[in-house]
Amino acid sequence: MKNILENINKAFDHRVRLAIMSVLSVNESIDFNSLKELLGVTDGNLASHIKALEKENYISVEKQFIGKKPNTRYKSTPSGKKAFREHIEALEQLLQNE
Amino acid sequence: MTKEKYLNDLKDIKQLMNRSSQFLSLSGLSGILAGIYAIIGAVIVYYLIHAHPYPVITLESRTFTFILLTTSGVLLASVLTAVLLSKAKAKRHGDQIWGESSKRMLINFLIPLATGGLFILLLLKHQYYGLIAPVMLIFYGMACVNASKYTLRDLRYLGITEIILGLLATEFPGNSLYFWAVGFGFSHILYGTIMYFKYDRNQPA
Repeated sequence: MKNILENINKAFDHRVRLAIMSVLSVNESIDFNSLKELLGVTDGNLASHIKALEKENYISVEKQFIGKKPNTRYKSTPSGKKAFREHIEALEQLLQNE
Repeated sequence: MTKEKYLNDLKDIKQLMNRSSQFLSLSGLSGILAGIYAIIGAVIVYYLIHAHPYPVITLESRTFTFILLTTSGVLLASVLTAVLLSKAKAKRHGDQIWGESSKRMLINFLIPLATGGLFILLLLKHQYYGLIAPVMLIFYGMACVNASKYTLRDLRYLGITEIILGLLATEFPGNSLYFWAVGFGFSHILYGTIMYFKYDRNQPA
């Protein structure tokens, strides 16, 4: 039991953060506004969760310009992908064990 | 309590993965309507060909102009219906019709389709008229197969059906109008109906 709980990742223990990682696991990259619409959260809320994931080095940020508009795209890093996979496996095991 | 939370987490993850990578608002009803337009179009073309006084239809003839108008009308009506009904479906689900997923689907749909369109123009130029209907079916089928990676999977089977019909139409060149009617008419109605019952009807609004 203890082993499984070790793999439940604290960084993903919030709906929005989990959602961001889910989206990035099936999309190569996504921009801020699309992510916001998809999750239905506010700018500030999303930004703070993105910052938290960035700090863990689970996602990377790419800033570019489309015409004159700044466009920020997010990608999940290899370590983010690995952590997310382990988190899901742990969730599944936890549900099976009970 | 925690078990329920984790179960919900997994459900959310799965739903978000689907919603973010695929365009799910494609309307089944629009497929049915596109099929009906195509059959009406095929019937009109059938009568146009039979009313034509000469055995050969030239590009300059009025009959050809009318055939072109009919097919363009079918195409325009189908695209318009698909956009409007998918927009309505997206709205019901609280989604946007113009997002990353629909853009990705459209680009992958248009690459084979535009290739086919240009190919048909070249065939017309070189007077290979008999190949036009099969080429339309084959390239439309490949467009559907290609786009199906980014939308509802049923589109893949529609695409494969169209490709097979296109190959058969090449083998039986005298009957291309019938293959065209089956491919763009009945197949759309069939798959549109399947999609309608599978996704649209029982979905909570």
